[in-house]
Amino acid sequence: MSAQAGLRGRTWFKALTDSDSAMTGDPGSVLTSDAALGNETARFLCVVPNPQARFPCARRGEVGLEEAYTLARLIREAIDQDAHGNKRPIIAIVDVKSQAYGRREETAAIFLAAAASADAYATARMKGHPVITLIAGQAISGGFLTHGYQANRILAFDDAGVVIHAMHKEAAARITLRSVSDLDRLGHEIVPMSYDIHDYAKLGLLHKLIHVENPDLPSPNSVAQVRQELIAAVVDARGGSNDLSSHFTSEGARQMRLAGLAARTRMEKQWATA
Amino acid sequence: MTEQTMTDQIVVERVSTETTNHTGAFPAFVNRESFIELNARARAQKLMDSGSWRELVDPFERIESPWLPEQGIAPQSDDGCVVLKGKIAGKPAVVIALDGGFQAGSMGEVSGAKMTAALDLAARDSEAGKKTAAVLLLETGGVRLQEANLGLAAIAEVISSMLFLRQHAPIITVIAGTVGCFGGMSLVAGLSSYIVMTREARLGLNGAEVIEQESGIEEFDSSDRSLIWAINGGEQRVAMGVADQLVVDDAEQIAATVRKFVEAGLPRVHRSQQVDLYRERIAALDTSRQIDPHSLREQWRDTKKTGGGR
Repeated sequence: MSAQAGLRGRTWFKALTDSDSAMTGDPGSVLTSDAALGNETARFLCVVPNPQARFPCARRGEVGLEEAYTLARLIREAIDQDAHGNKRPIIAIVDVKSQAYGRREETAAIFLAAAASADAYATARMKGHPVITLIAGQAISGGFLTHGYQANRILAFDDAGVVIHAMHKEAAARITLRSVSDLDRLGHEIVPMSYDIHDYAKLGLLHKLIHVENPDLPSPNSVAQVRQELIAAVVDARGGSNDLSSHFTSEGARQMRLAGLAARTRMEKQWATA
Repeated sequence: MTEQTMTDQIVVERVSTETTNHTGAFPAFVNRESFIELNARARAQKLMDSGSWRELVDPFERIESPWLPEQGIAPQSDDGCVVLKGKIAGKPAVVIALDGGFQAGSMGEVSGAKMTAALDLAARDSEAGKKTAAVLLLETGGVRLQEANLGLAAIAEVISSMLFLRQHAPIITVIAGTVGCFGGMSLVAGLSSYIVMTREARLGLNGAEVIEQESGIEEFDSSDRSLIWAINGGEQRVAMGVADQLVVDDAEQIAATVRKFVEAGLPRVHRSQQVDLYRERIAALDTSRQIDPHSLREQWRDTKKTGGGR
């Protein structure tokens, strides 16, 4: 896919927080800031490309070992600091092309790093922090599982540059022994395989699609609009449950996940009598 | 003594018993029942107290993937996920086994929903005081690409449900082989309370083929089998401390190990919560060249310096 992963992430991080840098001691690829959101402070997190990264396979916006453990630390820090007070919103700005595909990563158990980050995000949600994900560009595969998929609410730009998927198209084609054009055709017929954000929106996993004029170059109006959407999502998350049940109860899920919901209903019924 | 060295010692003792403890003229391994050769359903049954279990949403329910037939692929009537509810070591438990023989154990809409629902119900019972451990038999390549976005969402949902259950009761992942545990499902392993592996099992986020394809053959030569085993193999994962126990391919030994962890209950801390420890370990790595798996065992074994296992 595009080699530009992370540019939009940085753009929106900057627009929403007025800052553009990692904390001292953190890798340059993880931007974080406690910035105003409505009448409270939220912790914003974003993974961006870092050409100077210590790990060569994590320089172009991939989520690698340092990124995953840094996210986990920053989230756990917010959880600890807010243990007895207002649980600040955690806003994940997502534009990640994938997890890091490297031998160093595999050797040093990147699976555990990814698990640690997902753990931290989910723990924050379970403890009452509204966790909101804003997908500004790509949200792919293990990158998305590590950074963003544990959110209470997921927002995405209604834009062709937004891609949410289990694997980028070229790799998926190679692995399933199909051509890229076959995949495109299948995507139109089989909704969960589609690379189109409008098809993803049908699955009932998104809280909202946000249309902004130019996601690459946000105007002050667009920034104000997105800020309002984030505030509304925080309110909605605080009023809802602290699990991912919205995935199953949404209108989209009731249309598109019939088999999964049937399995769930049967399981609940049989569990009670087993 | 660290966990790792204890495990090593147990393995050594076991090997020496095996060579002396003959039944008649046959060495022990001849009488051993292979776990790997069992299918997912038989594996799951093997781990539960005999007569205590019932399969839920079994193949006769015929809740299948609606997406595979549309792509000319035969579905399976259990969607490759077997759920047994019963007892282990006399305690309430659920065993969820992925069938590596069907679509490489991949997570689809239905298999994901079965797994998530079973974990949620175990969490609900546990919260109500009936602590229910979960055992996950993971033979899986990760997301089922034919159900792509629903598979990825299912993994996110499994992760969330595990974290609710894990507050009350242990989750034990067994990776026996030969598919191994890869892709997004490796995060599920990473979030478990305990991981049990055989030498025939592999665990990792990205398989060697995917790394070679994405980053080039200089990064990972996927035809180098010994390199793959040195990095992803059960022996390495246990020796470097990211999995808990190495077992031989023996159904009874694996069942006994699972019983041991069910009885042990929750660990003091879950490995995926040890963020500072692993962050320091990653910071200490020399990334100017590839990391030697064997040296990594030594580095991560130095628990005095790094704050210990758990």
